[in-house]
Amino acid sequence: MATRLVVDPITRIEGHLRIEAELDADNTITAAYSSGTMVRGIEIILEGRDPRDAWAFAQRACGVCTTVHSFASIRSVEDALDIQIPHAANLIRNLMIAQQYVHDHVMHFYHLHALDWVDIVNALQADPAETSAIQQSISTWKNSSPGYFADIQKKVQSIVDSGQLSIFANAYWGHPAYKLPPAVNLLAVAHYLEALDWQSHVTKIHTIFGGKNPHPNFVVGGVPMPIDLNSDTALNAERLSIISDSIDRIIEFVDQVYLPDVLAIAPNYLEYASIGEGLGNFLTWGELPGDDNRDTSKFLVPRTLIVNRDLTTITEPDPRDFERMQEFITHSWYEYADGDNAGLHPWDGETKFNYTGPQPPYEELNVDGKYSWLKAPRWNGMPVEVGPLARVLALYATGHAQTVDLVDATLKALDAPLGAVFSTLGRTAARAIESKVFADSLRTTYDELIAAIKAGDTRTFNNDRWEPRSWPSEARGFGFMEAPRGALGHWIVIKNRKIENYQMVVPTTWNASPRDGNGQAGAYEASLLNHKLAKPEWPLEILRTIHSFDPCMACAIHMVDATGESVAEVATGMNVCMT
Amino acid sequence: MSGRHVVLGIGNILNRDEGLGVRALDLLEERVGVVPDVEYVDGGVMGLTLLPLVEECDHLLVLDAIDAGAEPGELIEMSGDEIRLFSGVKMSEHQITFQEVLGLAFIRDKLPPHLHLIGAQPASLSIGLEISDRVRSTLSPIVVRAAAVLRDWGFEVPDGLKGSDRGEGSRSTTTTADPSDGPIPPTWADSRVPSRLGPA
Repeated sequence: MATRLVVDPITRIEGHLRIEAELDADNTITAAYSSGTMVRGIEIILEGRDPRDAWAFAQRACGVCTTVHSFASIRSVEDALDIQIPHAANLIRNLMIAQQYVHDHVMHFYHLHALDWVDIVNALQADPAETSAIQQSISTWKNSSPGYFADIQKKVQSIVDSGQLSIFANAYWGHPAYKLPPAVNLLAVAHYLEALDWQSHVTKIHTIFGGKNPHPNFVVGGVPMPIDLNSDTALNAERLSIISDSIDRIIEFVDQVYLPDVLAIAPNYLEYASIGEGLGNFLTWGELPGDDNRDTSKFLVPRTLIVNRDLTTITEPDPRDFERMQEFITHSWYEYADGDNAGLHPWDGETKFNYTGPQPPYEELNVDGKYSWLKAPRWNGMPVEVGPLARVLALYATGHAQTVDLVDATLKALDAPLGAVFSTLGRTAARAIESKVFADSLRTTYDELIAAIKAGDTRTFNNDRWEPRSWPSEARGFGFMEAPRGALGHWIVIKNRKIENYQMVVPTTWNASPRDGNGQAGAYEASLLNHKLAKPEWPLEILRTIHSFDPCMACAIHMVDATGESVAEVATGMNVCMT
Repeated sequence: MSGRHVVLGIGNILNRDEGLGVRALDLLEERVGVVPDVEYVDGGVMGLTLLPLVEECDHLLVLDAIDAGAEPGELIEMSGDEIRLFSGVKMSEHQITFQEVLGLAFIRDKLPPHLHLIGAQPASLSIGLEISDRVRSTLSPIVVRAAAVLRDWGFEVPDGLKGSDRGEGSRSTTTTADPSDGPIPPTWADSRVPSRLGPA
């Protein structure tokens, strides 16, 4: 069939994340500016609505983040109204959350980030027998025969020969910064394709618990699906068995494919273990709670603040702290009643647009003024990084035994010091490491759920505060969620039973933040310093570090593009500003 | 035919006309009702997770906003290989378009044998739940065409359309499993947010 492939039509239509980088004569980045070029105004849509409905809007903000926004939203309402969810409901939520991490991380790695390191076309040069030997040396994964990899190679060849396709036709193939041997490239290509099959099996947890596909249902006060082993419509024995099988597949893929692949690829790119760190400040809101969302001592991932790489002095940030948790707009296209240099706690947050940028299309943003639709969140005035690296450091610093073992083993395998974790490669490895932690937590959480059911503890919904007349006339709540890409917070103010104010501070707002009034760069901006670009017109090095954060940028516009645009015209989806 | 037969509405209802596919799906469900063997699926903004569904389809009728450089509100249809498939370098995993999902199905030899797209050129993608006037008047024609396509494919589509021609699907999400104490599912058709502005 006649198909054509276009790179990044979305940025052409509306714009998402834009990086402007200044290069010196040596093509090394001396300054970088990160801009979100599309506004997200869900805060405005939520004003005046029933707080119990907020999740249904919040989950539409993003196609990858539906679950995380839903959970953050219902937790914010539960916090505001002092609702405790039942034990079984919390276990079910934790299963959904842990599944989401692994699913998201695997798809991010194979579908987006691996292509920064893996040259797919180069896989055609591989000897399938050599790939087979590598596969058999790194894990016991079943698909490991020379014949299997020869078939994958034929598949890639047929796609390349068709001359029309997609991922295989128009990335930076042949870029000098690709360093994997052909046999490892072939291995990764095989797993890229396998991951697509794998995801159809592992999403069953959400389909079952959410009761609806593709958008699961959520409910303030618990989970929407009752437990009744003998009912066709409830969580029954058959469905539990499907979930258990799904957990097995998740654990198997992480153990036998994802982690070994990261360890097989990383040694070829060790220069990325010393660049790409950024800030050295890390924040987590914490995740996988016990039954009480306010009891942070029972979280699997603790709520922590790490400053300046110091893993010995960690503190617990309080999201209710009006003085420390603030958002700034000096360089953001908003205005505050108290002026451009004010900092506002999200409960007092304002969403008033003030676009001062150029009319698109434009060549450069004025980075001395406002230059992003993202606000600049700061903790106690400091920019911080959120995400897998922050979580793994939180677990490591607090002595979580499995994490300590995984981090130490990874460093040993790469012959790298602990300081290497503060890097692009460290971030990518952290994502794989925490996938292992979360995958294993699925099994223990599942066992706890079965034990609860056997003990007759099957209540999944607390309706004590369902009726608005039972609510106080004013209430404030904080809903946390460690989204796969980092700490997410929803702050809600309820007044007269309606939403008075709703503010989300999403992980990418922390990480992709523009500068603040003190000129402090955000995490992306800081992380790109000193990247030397082999071919500036193909800024693969920038993509590697930005992708290592797993950006979520205004992904909600998905319109079909029928206008036609050649691959060459939109080659990178990035602006590199040559000055 | 052993696969699924799906009408898939996609788009973001928070960005006005971007959500026209989901609105058209609601209207189709309301005015045409049950068509034996055909499922109505609200794909919303889901990206890559729609791939398994797409690959299971024998017939896939997609309703979506379409940028064809046409007049706002203009009805646009494409079939089979008229629909461009693509993929490429992205800043974010979240930039998966539905065409990319189709592109992946294609390289996996699992593109639905019967694939049709109906939509309209959007007039406004700014923030808000309300469809623009120009696109709202196209929703009914989209429903009429969708019914005709299903009929052409051999499905038993009831004759005539139900209800009034309000030109906009009403939305009521339903839970397939009610919690024991019966919380009320959310709705968003009841209150329309006035079209507040996005960026200039």
